Amino acid sequence: MGAERWLTGLLLLALAGPAAAILPIQHWQTAGGARVYFVENHDLPMLDLSVEFPAGSAYDSAEKSGAAAMTNRLLQLGADGMSEDEIARRLADIGAQLGASSETDRAGLSLRTLSSVRERRPALDIFARILRNPSFPQAVLEREKARLIGALKEADTKPDTIGSVNFYRLLYRTHPYALRSSGEVATVETLTREDLVSFYRRHYDRRYAVVALIGDVTRAEAEAIAEEVTRDLPQGNGAKPALPGVAVLDDGARRFIAHPASQAHILIGTPGIRRGDPDYFPLFVGNHVLGGGGFVSRIIEEVRQKRGLAYAAYSYFSPLQRAGPFVIGMQTQREQAAEALRVVDATLREFVASGPTEDELRDAKRNIIGSFPLRIDSNRKIHGYLALIGFYQLPLSYLEDFSGNIERVTIADVKAAFARRVDPDRMVTVVVGPEPAAVP
Amino acid sequence: MPMSKVLMRAAGFAVAAALLALSQTSHASTAESRLANGMRVVVKTDRRAPVVVAMVWYQVGSVDEVNGVTGVAHVLEHMMFKGTKTTKPGEFSRIVSAAGGRENAFTTRDTTSYFETLQSSQLELALKLEADRMNNLELLPEEFAKEIKVVMEERRWRTEDRPRSLVFEALMATALTAHPYRRPVIGWMSDLKNMTADDAVDFYRRWYAPNNALLVVVGDVEPTEVFALAEKHFGPIPARTLPVRKPQNEPVQRGERRVTIKAPAELPYVVMAFPVPPLRDAERDWEPYALDMLTAVLDGNEAARLNRTLVRGERVANSVGAGYDGISRGPGLFYLIAIPTRGRSAADVETGLRREMAKIIEEGVTDEELNRAKAQAVAAQVYQRDSMFFQAQQIGSLEMAGIPHTTIDVQLEKLRAVTPDQVRDVARKYFRDEALTIVELDPQPLPARRPVAPPEGMRHGR
Repeated sequence: MGAERWLTGLLLLALAGPAAAILPIQHWQTAGGARVYFVENHDLPMLDLSVEFPAGSAYDSAEKSGAAAMTNRLLQLGADGMSEDEIARRLADIGAQLGASSETDRAGLSLRTLSSVRERRPALDIFARILRNPSFPQAVLEREKARLIGALKEADTKPDTIGSVNFYRLLYRTHPYALRSSGEVATVETLTREDLVSFYRRHYDRRYAVVALIGDVTRAEAEAIAEEVTRDLPQGNGAKPALPGVAVLDDGARRFIAHPASQAHILIGTPGIRRGDPDYFPLFVGNHVLGGGGFVSRIIEEVRQKRGLAYAAYSYFSPLQRAGPFVIGMQTQREQAAEALRVVDATLREFVASGPTEDELRDAKRNIIGSFPLRIDSNRKIHGYLALIGFYQLPLSYLEDFSGNIERVTIADVKAAFARRVDPDRMVTVVVGPEPAAVP
Repeated sequence: MPMSKVLMRAAGFAVAAALLALSQTSHASTAESRLANGMRVVVKTDRRAPVVVAMVWYQVGSVDEVNGVTGVAHVLEHMMFKGTKTTKPGEFSRIVSAAGGRENAFTTRDTTSYFETLQSSQLELALKLEADRMNNLELLPEEFAKEIKVVMEERRWRTEDRPRSLVFEALMATALTAHPYRRPVIGWMSDLKNMTADDAVDFYRRWYAPNNALLVVVGDVEPTEVFALAEKHFGPIPARTLPVRKPQNEPVQRGERRVTIKAPAELPYVVMAFPVPPLRDAERDWEPYALDMLTAVLDGNEAARLNRTLVRGERVANSVGAGYDGISRGPGLFYLIAIPTRGRSAADVETGLRREMAKIIEEGVTDEELNRAKAQAVAAQVYQRDSMFFQAQQIGSLEMAGIPHTTIDVQLEKLRAVTPDQVRDVARKYFRDEALTIVELDPQPLPARRPVAPPEGMRHGR
């Protein structure tokens, strides 16, 4: 045991050094107040860039659920005198890839382009024009609403969608995290151009913009790029949009929804933690043992390896601006749903009561620390961390501190953190599939 | 969540992969070696991070199965994690995990591939473990009994409960009659239910040999050191005589084939497929490159033909797609996919797709469209170098299909040399009604569905 601790310590030392040296994150603010996070890397002749805002579905109202996602979706479908086809063609002509993403908390646009001026300049020009002057064409909105409603109705026939929609409603009740990020058929129908314009003006505010860049440009070029893509964004004078806190579940809840699928889809969970919560690392390490460690976690061991009950079985924490969910999920043949529920419940209870063993904790740390270089082995992965650190205002040293924070976690920390955050008597459970009589 | 033992299915992925595969270049340098037992080793140095990807590819997939034991290639892949003469079931994963590594595997029609990603200093551990299970697998009946249940769950999850997967399964089983690509990689449920541990053992003994394997290593490594490690761990494994592979060529199709799948859904879903040639000779062939460009002209960007006309213009389709699986051991197919908008029918989108094909056959494509597709391919070649895993996968899948990975540069040149006439010519030659297979999903309503209160004695929520 002593020798093994020493080995882990060495690994940590070996990693902390290079990580600090390899990934110097440069950070500054634009003249308009946007926060910029940049890693200069000339290995490949390309640039990755994103601009994100507090503009995710958490900022939707229940009545206009889906406004955030629709606003984001329409940005690239007409802007600054360019039609949707023109935008797509001009970007394709230079091999640039534009992405739009709308999640729970954040939403924005991303761009991947070759870094040579011939491609980079027009790509950034189009990107900035889309961001600063989207036109939200009425006809395009009507078409996209119809498409989305079709897709929602399709999704509503699928057991996994039915399960997750019901799960988040029970988990978050009146909190906006309960809202479906795409919106509901009934709310999408009511969305107007004015809804999108006002959501854009309120949320795509340059003061809240987070710019993340990595690639083959200099600091001076990066500064100019960050200014260009945020320069003429909306600027309000109100306070930054805020989210209410998440209420602790007073009681558990179980919901069974009949569906003809051959497998039952099972979700179990509770509101977990927010980004930056001091419990993050004990919960992360603990969950690695419980259900996050792939083939070596307890849930997969009990459900799949020992009993062959499921192909996939897992658990994770998804920290958000406010308490994001802790989720356990799996699918199993409908006749086995009751057995799978019993096994998972017993596994969770045992883990919360006793925590990981010393061997489990050691192996989890070895995996997490040892695989740290794999987290930052490409521009795309590093870019993801820049955007995350920027949006949630995590310490700039987040990556450098990562392995140390993992190493420090003790069994007592894991037990205490789980005791605070996960109460097996107050979990939300949703099962889609079997008739309720089949599930005790 | 990509829960392991990933299984790649025919169309969806292959389509994207094929286009990507054809568009990479500047493969800078790879080094290659062959062990005395016939095992090949390809190494590509990439020093951007202290990380290495090791992939062992066996040139055996569902294409090598026979009726009655479909799915056995993939079942064996699962069993490869269940112990050898010296490691216990599950120990493989525990060892890799404790070394800070990630591991998984996937089975396709053509190949079975196992991979580890680790810090480069841990490469030897991965090779040692892979060599061990290449030769010393101990396939325990009690482990098989549990794992076959897992695979049946996987089939339920991937296929049985996914109407669009059922459509693709039916498409392959209909478009092909003689060639084994007609069978699903995951296997038919009846064959899974009747499979035995001996079936997997037989398959292992027949096909898992160093002379049927390729090791691909990409990362922060020195090729000579990788060759030495490969020799040390795989070198002692004896070569075996491999079974003879019969071509099982597909007979010429003599008329349209049409199938309907009824399953719970809201929107119909239509897939059309035409037989086309896959890439065989990277230097001499031209049709596969023209087919790749045709795919990009139809569906390479949001303003490409299918999306622009059918989704954005006429609004007859909710979404559309085109694809071509040009890198494969067996016959190729060209796919057209459409989902009608609400209120429009499968017949409406079929008409739209047929009209777009007819336009290309009659009027061809423009220089502008083609140049755009080429620009995207050139840029993609740079972007792909951001991922070590992709690079390893590309080398492996080309080699498994019999295409030397050293032709990657040539392939991009050939792609850039495609003319508008060539694109029209392949459309004219292959998009014939008598060669068409079309499968459509006929959506069935769900039984009335409502949240149900749990039985008595169970705690209620809100």
